[in-house]
Amino acid sequence: MSTAIQTQALALPTDTYLNSSHGIKSWFLTKDHKRIGILYLVSISLFFLFGGTMASMIRLELLTPAGDLFQSDTYNKLFTMHGIVMVFFFLVPSIPATLGNFVLPIMIGARDLAFPKINLASWYIFIIGAIFTFSAIISGGVDTGWTFYTPLSTQYLTTHVVAAATGIMIAGFASIFTGLNFIVTVHRMRAPGMTWFRLPLFVWSHYAVSVVMVLATPVLAITLILVALERGLHIGIFNPQLGGDPVLFQHMFWFYSHPAVYIMILPGFGVISEIIPCFARKRIFGYAAVAFSSIAIAVFGFLVWAHHMFIAGVSTYSALIFSFVTFLVAIPSAIKVFNWTATLYKGSIHFDTPMLYALAFIGLFTIGGLTGLFLAAVGVDVHVTATYFVVAHFHYVMVGGMLVAYLAGLHFWWPKMTGRMYPEAPAKLSALITFIGFNLTFFPQFVLGYMGMPRRYHVYPPEFQVLNVLSTAGASVLAVGLLMPMFYMLWSLKYGAIAGNNPYRATGLEWQTTSPPPTHNFHETPIVTQDAYDYESETEEVEVVG
Amino acid sequence: MLPRYFPVFPESASTLSPRVDALYFFILAVTIFFTTLVALLILVFAIKYRKEKHPVPTQIEGSIPLEIFWTLVPLGIAMVIFAWGAILFFQETHPPKSSMNIYGIGKQWMWKFEHPGGQREINNLHVPVGRPVRMTLISQDVIHDFFVPAFRTQMDVLPGRYTQVWFEATKAGTYHLFCNQYCGTKHSGMIGTVTAMPHDDYQQWLRGAGAFGSLATEGQKVFASMGCPTCHTGADNARGPNLYNLYGRMVRTADNRTLVADESYIRESILNPSAKIVYGFQNIMPTFQGQLNEDEMIQLIEYVKSLTYNGQLLQLQTNSQQEPPVNLDKIQKGVDVTNPGTNETPMPRTSAVPVQQEALPASPNEQRPAQNAPKQSAPKQNAPARPNGLTVEQR
Repeated sequence: MSTAIQTQALALPTDTYLNSSHGIKSWFLTKDHKRIGILYLVSISLFFLFGGTMASMIRLELLTPAGDLFQSDTYNKLFTMHGIVMVFFFLVPSIPATLGNFVLPIMIGARDLAFPKINLASWYIFIIGAIFTFSAIISGGVDTGWTFYTPLSTQYLTTHVVAAATGIMIAGFASIFTGLNFIVTVHRMRAPGMTWFRLPLFVWSHYAVSVVMVLATPVLAITLILVALERGLHIGIFNPQLGGDPVLFQHMFWFYSHPAVYIMILPGFGVISEIIPCFARKRIFGYAAVAFSSIAIAVFGFLVWAHHMFIAGVSTYSALIFSFVTFLVAIPSAIKVFNWTATLYKGSIHFDTPMLYALAFIGLFTIGGLTGLFLAAVGVDVHVTATYFVVAHFHYVMVGGMLVAYLAGLHFWWPKMTGRMYPEAPAKLSALITFIGFNLTFFPQFVLGYMGMPRRYHVYPPEFQVLNVLSTAGASVLAVGLLMPMFYMLWSLKYGAIAGNNPYRATGLEWQTTSPPPTHNFHETPIVTQDAYDYESETEEVEVVG
Repeated sequence: MLPRYFPVFPESASTLSPRVDALYFFILAVTIFFTTLVALLILVFAIKYRKEKHPVPTQIEGSIPLEIFWTLVPLGIAMVIFAWGAILFFQETHPPKSSMNIYGIGKQWMWKFEHPGGQREINNLHVPVGRPVRMTLISQDVIHDFFVPAFRTQMDVLPGRYTQVWFEATKAGTYHLFCNQYCGTKHSGMIGTVTAMPHDDYQQWLRGAGAFGSLATEGQKVFASMGCPTCHTGADNARGPNLYNLYGRMVRTADNRTLVADESYIRESILNPSAKIVYGFQNIMPTFQGQLNEDEMIQLIEYVKSLTYNGQLLQLQTNSQQEPPVNLDKIQKGVDVTNPGTNETPMPRTSAVPVQQEALPASPNEQRPAQNAPKQSAPKQNAPARPNGLTVEQR
């Protein structure tokens, strides 16, 4: 369908958010959610490049069992910085702050988010947080691991722990602001006729994730403040010699950081729920089930944190309760996978790049989710926890799931954001390379993990080498797959085919306005009369509003 | 450069290993089944309903029965895995009663092991085959983790608190011991081996390992040098609770809780004596925080564990009827009993008495067990209590 559009030689619209004003100031003081989304997009892409470089160096070191490339301290800093940057400065803000920021208000027919200034403030706070954390990195790095476990982080390390933690704490407020904005916007700014059950599932999942952001992130801030106080003033919260409890830190940390993985993956679910119906030309199977499963994940996600701590000295019975709830939280994810798959049934499936990524997502997320069962089963977790099995499981969900969904969404809404199509052939190739490279990187790590290779090991016994070589080989393939979009996306800004308002003939209000949209999104307030994913009444060309 | 042979599955060398592997393979089967199912469905739909073959889609709202079906089936499977995992976890966390105990101390970046007979090892642990071994673990600094993949079990090693892990080796051999909790610069260097040996070899190894004295005899010296016998005289009217037959028994505290006197309890009572006051005793013991290293602590605990009446318990109980005079005024707080010199001038006996606990919610009969009253008057549901608050109920 995109080819059909390209031949029509459309012109870009004259009045867009990109050309309404010019100059650096117009970007850095913008209150336009779309421009703020672009600011976030540029920032997190840079952070992703940084985190990815760290990952490449880690994989390069692990090519051989000996520690021949880096010193132990350097290696520890590498995986710490990889984790901190990727988790707090890429994965958490990725979809909500970029794609969510850009399309969520348009999807519900709003002119902007409810609090545009808070939205801009959130980006500045995010950047200030990044400056703190990166200053810690530049001035010598930090080697706590992204988990900051006490008493190692509070009493034993001499690196810039406080600066790094402060940065993360500050950046946390950015996600609180974003979440707050989304909640109020969804409640108050829906267009006439946009009832709750006509909301696109992208909005539902962002609503769920916003609730988690607002409720969980303050706990992270408290935890990191306590770490800083403990380091500076020795207040004895976590130090056993002063009557503190180091395991208390883990409870507090995971109370945020487990819901945080749902902060990371739920928006991905939203993206997939948009793309599958569009390219199957079909309404989504079981709209309500998919919508409510997001809410269920958000709720249950708060009650499973101690499954990271089964062997950390928690009582047997609390371990069993957390194991039980963890199995419950697996069910809504399974429901989503089955509904997406069922949506394909009797569809008319188009294999554009976003769809390739979305199908890859279903497969990889299924593996990622099912391998979670090994870790939820407390009897098996005792063997595999903190090994490469966990590393593989986490990356199957976060890279195979979240990152692939992000790429799917970025390709899907790229024409809306820029007005131009990405080039289809290299994009499909990059999706394929990413899929192959990803599996080659992380599948061997499951095997390594069950064999007992601990994570965060700089030097490892020689019998693990062959699988590590496979993994490193996969990482280099994956790097190619992930670098390609950076180049062809930038290329398409100037040379890409002009997309037109709705290159995929998708439903959804964002496709009814121009590409790129005008500053206030719609020239007239849209009135919604149909359900989301109403692909049965589709016409050849959706009329242009305004 | 690469090894010609590379394993893809860990060695199985403990009684737990096949049980963990069994559940692992069950979940693996579930994983493979559902992954294949989803992948096959996607593949079939993608081919069958591609736009060239199937240009007009059929709109389907959804299906409540199907939603219920694919909610309940995964839920059922999840519950099976949960229950199986829970049972397995119970086995993993409950060492058999017949276990022998070995202490492990983790510190940046090495392991230290202490056998009851006083044998010490660094990074290499020797254990017998065919006998359950319980490791009592503690860290001197940060959190470590004792992980033996061939035994399919691991446990975090915490500072300030004992944790336990147990295993029974089934196969002689040498296995990896990893620290599996990131612990700083040389985390990946904090590795060692566990050597499982047949019983006779193990006995021979124990004899050849050059012990200077058992942990308990070493502990007795620590006990004396720290001035513990000043108060823990073992007499019925002592200032401190009697330590004989303490280990493994139920202890009643001043706030009327009961707990089992295990290693963690004994450790806490030495380092933080005010945390749990034994029923009938005063909060007068000073803390020994910072005065004992982990080795001495282990020796001390082993010494306390070695104190038994050898069957004379009942005799002592019936002798415990007299009440010493109460003289609270003379209790001196913060007395430095760590200085062995104070042994020569023991505290006045009169201050060392069980004290009436007025705030206790218990009935009058229970308030002063075995005090100026015939033993029979103690409530039957409580085990006969000694005046020092220790009960003789078996764990």
